[in-house]
Amino acid sequence: MELTFYTAGAVAVISTIMMLTRLNLVHSLLYLIVSLLAAAVDFFVLGAPFAAALEAIVYAGAIMVLFLFVVMMLNIGRHGAETERQWLTPGIWIGPVILAGILIIEVAYVVQGGSAGLGTGATGPKEVGIALFGPYMIGVELASMLLLAGLVGAYHLGFRKTEKPEIQHDTGTDERRADTGGDLVLAGADRPARTT
Amino acid sequence: MLNAAGLAFVVGGSRWHQADGQVMFVFILAMAAAEVAVGLALVLQIYHRFKSLDVDAISEMRG
Repeated sequence: MELTFYTAGAVAVISTIMMLTRLNLVHSLLYLIVSLLAAAVDFFVLGAPFAAALEAIVYAGAIMVLFLFVVMMLNIGRHGAETERQWLTPGIWIGPVILAGILIIEVAYVVQGGSAGLGTGATGPKEVGIALFGPYMIGVELASMLLLAGLVGAYHLGFRKTEKPEIQHDTGTDERRADTGGDLVLAGADRPARTT
Repeated sequence: MLNAAGLAFVVGGSRWHQADGQVMFVFILAMAAAEVAVGLALVLQIYHRFKSLDVDAISEMRG
């Protein structure tokens, strides 16, 4: 059990170092995902399956998708296909794949062994839930308030006045549409071009 | 850094067989999520205002 813990820890440290030294944002995001997954495996080995699931779902799932969305929004059409083709060379994804492969082998080993937990026994989600909504009730309320504040702040900061009116889709086309005799290819060819 | 703090909490919780460590980890997770949302919104706002993410170009403060 200790070997699995230290292996996952080593994977986390290596991937974090690789993440910090990459020059390309997407490459570091790949390594960051591997690092978070390694931390999740660490939690699982330590006997905290609920924390491991949360780490994998919230960090590696939701927050990384948020990062990727921002990266995509900022990279609009300047470099285009050239850099994208450059990103798909095997030298880029072979490192994260190796590290993630180590993690997968380790998870398979732990699940096969059946006994999660570096010490004795695991703390399941039930105890966590009971503690969360028992003595830590006020903490839950504070966390919800913090999330609400984050939501409002992110909305306010992301808000941007629309400079041009929205594109209105042409809805009243039925009377203007020429009869093409069921030819779907030509249908709508005489519609006025949409100005953007 | 937040991950390291959460890992420390989980280790402590598993050492004494208490659920408190994971409870603290849940709180850290919520805080990190809120923080990331605000930070990314800031980055977007900077990009829209300066059309660049070069921190050297964004030197509006005098001093």
